[in-house]
Amino acid sequence: MGVGITVEHLNAFYGKTQALFDINLAVQANHATALIGPSGCGKSTFIRCLNRMHETIPEARVEGSVRIGDLSVYNGTSATQLRRRVGMVFQKANPFPTMSIYDNVAAGLKLNGFRKRKLLDEVVERSLRSAALFDEVKDALHKKSGASLSGGQQQRLCIARALAVQPEVLLMDEPCSALDPISTGKIEELIFQLKEQYTIVIVTHNMQQAARVAEFTGFFLLGKLIEFDKTEKVFTNPSDKRTEDYVTGRFG
Amino acid sequence: MSNQALPRPRFEAPEPERQGKATLKVETKSAPLLRGHVSGLPDSIFGWAMRLCGLAVVVLLGLIVYELLVGSQLSWHAFGWKFFGQSDWNPVEDQYGALPFVFGTVVSSLLALIIAVPLAVGVAVFITEMCPLGLRGALAFATELLAAIPSVIYGLWAIFVLVPLLRAYVEPVLAKTLGWTGLFTGPAYGYSMLAAGVILAIMIIPIISSITREVLTVVPQHQREAVLALGATRWEMIRMGVLRNARAGIVGAIILGLGRALGETMAVTMVIGNRPEISKSLFDFGYSMASVLANEFSEATGDLYLSALIEIGLALFLVTIVVNALARLMVWSVTRGQPAKGVA
Amino acid sequence: MNSTLATPIPVLQISWRRRATDRLMTALSILTVLIVLTPLAAIFAYLVYKGVASLNLAFLTQTPKPVGEVGGGMANAIAGTGMILAIASLMGVPLGIGAGIFLSEYGRNRYGDAVRFVSDVLNGVPSIVIGIVAYGLVVVRQKHFSALAGGVALAIMMVPTIARTTEQMLLLVPQSIREAAYGLGISHWRTTLSITLRTATSGIITGVMLAFARVAGETAPLLFTAFGNQYWNWDLRQPTAALSLQIYTYALSPFDDWHRQAWAGALVLITLIVGAVAAVRIAVRHGKLAGA
Repeated sequence: MGVGITVEHLNAFYGKTQALFDINLAVQANHATALIGPSGCGKSTFIRCLNRMHETIPEARVEGSVRIGDLSVYNGTSATQLRRRVGMVFQKANPFPTMSIYDNVAAGLKLNGFRKRKLLDEVVERSLRSAALFDEVKDALHKKSGASLSGGQQQRLCIARALAVQPEVLLMDEPCSALDPISTGKIEELIFQLKEQYTIVIVTHNMQQAARVAEFTGFFLLGKLIEFDKTEKVFTNPSDKRTEDYVTGRFG
Repeated sequence: MSNQALPRPRFEAPEPERQGKATLKVETKSAPLLRGHVSGLPDSIFGWAMRLCGLAVVVLLGLIVYELLVGSQLSWHAFGWKFFGQSDWNPVEDQYGALPFVFGTVVSSLLALIIAVPLAVGVAVFITEMCPLGLRGALAFATELLAAIPSVIYGLWAIFVLVPLLRAYVEPVLAKTLGWTGLFTGPAYGYSMLAAGVILAIMIIPIISSITREVLTVVPQHQREAVLALGATRWEMIRMGVLRNARAGIVGAIILGLGRALGETMAVTMVIGNRPEISKSLFDFGYSMASVLANEFSEATGDLYLSALIEIGLALFLVTIVVNALARLMVWSVTRGQPAKGVA
Repeated sequence: MNSTLATPIPVLQISWRRRATDRLMTALSILTVLIVLTPLAAIFAYLVYKGVASLNLAFLTQTPKPVGEVGGGMANAIAGTGMILAIASLMGVPLGIGAGIFLSEYGRNRYGDAVRFVSDVLNGVPSIVIGIVAYGLVVVRQKHFSALAGGVALAIMMVPTIARTTEQMLLLVPQSIREAAYGLGISHWRTTLSITLRTATSGIITGVMLAFARVAGETAPLLFTAFGNQYWNWDLRQPTAALSLQIYTYALSPFDDWHRQAWAGALVLITLIVGAVAAVRIAVRHGKLAGA
């Protein structure tokens, strides 16, 4: 089952530039939370702080605390260990180009020491089913490379790959922004189903997507969290004028 | 204008249950597989192993400098700077003056440059500016092929084809027409400084040409278009819009070619005649620094002899480093996007 | 509309002189290309013409006959070249690739810059000087010439080339691929080896082959390290024949038979070099070495 995420006084920096200012929020387990806001507002930076991907950029650093379930992200565990509990799907699908579909999905397990073939077969099939991709590729698991699929299929492959590691949280950084509407619809439906097993945080540029998919929504602006509430409230009756302006299209 | 006319959109909360559709089943998860402790040790070990490899490269250079310095100590103490000023190379009496070799290296390299530069730049200009697209790849490949031929094969060809050619046809003509300069006098054996210069030229054309091509390609298209828009012919466009911009880079390519020529050993040794004398005529035998090493190193008896040879090696090493560094600086300044001085 | 103007504007004409210059320069450029291609064609023509004539089974299977006698071959030289190249590769390839990994993954800083600079300097050192260094490092210590010393000299030459091409190939791997691996909780070293390196495999192998081809034809560094040998030798610590050395010795000799054999040897050498590079290019293209 998924776990909740608690963020307290989070500040993030790229060298001397501050990108996030005192973020406080709590993500509910087994729900989908959307993060919206105009370009450059910090929502991608925020989500990358949750699985410590932010620190892979040279001179980037973080202050504050993040807890995932009972685990302290910055003090309690190594980044590698953490990322096995928090999966990530990126804006542009990035399957490993030299690996087959099977190897792509199994990569998270194989490269972390799991070699048992039967177990891997099981996990691969299960993950591909969870990503609604199994039926489309089941005949070519070992023959086709990850990069030979269509854009939408590649992204679902990346979702399957992330799920194979059995995380508790799934972070999605604008997963549909490079996809056509039909693929987007398939993935949104996926998120709907995945909510029952995982906690999902999804960054999106598309307000209608947030409304379709998430129970909670947070609005970011210039590195600050302006408002965080049930999706319905944020879109129909926001507390902050800036939220209202963004949601009604006055800027952004 | 205020935008109050914009209606507040009504978004509906997502439906708790999708009706009807047989949606995919997300199967219940078993106990997670990857929850054990992850040691940071392999990461550290790997990181240090890679850093060690990087360090090894620096150590290699250090070893080279060390060996050359230590090996040449004896000769340095014996002769000092005069080593490079004296012409007397006499192993029998343990007297060593390296001037003939320095002379030979410099003259053969300069001669090679004089022959190679116009040809290499001409080829580069042709390939980048004039050549029909389909031919471009083939021509580039052909010049790269020249670079792949080993030095000893160049030497082999030079002995049996170039030298007889020079002896029978070229040198007589040169003697007749340009003999008054003093550069083309004396018996024409074929083996000569001239032969060394020619074969060196053939060998350094590929590198000068390929760097020049790189540098010419980097010149932005709008420079060419600007000159053409003024009504220039194609050659004028090349001269004013391309070559002038790429000047520093082309000079760099030439110096890189020089660096290559200075260190070239086998082909030169096979045709230069290998006599340590300084002579004005290009028909005469010569001797280069690399050649004396090739010929005499394995037979050197006596510590001072060996040390003198190693000192020549040290000099060659230092000269090629300086020349190559200078060359790369000039090429770098152009290909890194900094404009060359003096744009048209 | 009236198409003639009251005062006609003189049309700007390109003078015949400028046009002639343009044509002349075009002709000169074409001439340079022809001049440059001529020796290339000539060398290959001679290699084939003279080499094939002397290439026979005896040449490929026999060792040299005593001085003055006709016949014999370069079999030991071919084997010797193979042995020396194997030694050089065993030392130079792992070190070169390791240095390349360092430069790309751990060296985006001033330490990396220093190594990069040194690597470029090493690339420009004349091969005969490297021979001197290998002599000092190995031959002097062992008190005799050896295949090992030759291998060391060639390895020193391979390292900078392989390091730089490996670095460039690794840098071509998009950062998003590495991020995907990190996101899965794959440790840094595992990512570098199994993901980044694997993605760049075909390019890295091409780089290694190019370094290999470059040193395969080298003669100068072997002159006083491997030194050459008339007989078969499989002992690393003894002087060993090499194809390039043999060609050199035979070319300088006064015997016609040896001259013929030098051409044959040159043909074999160039075939080996070109063949190795071509074989790798084909294998890479057909995906055998693409890491799939």
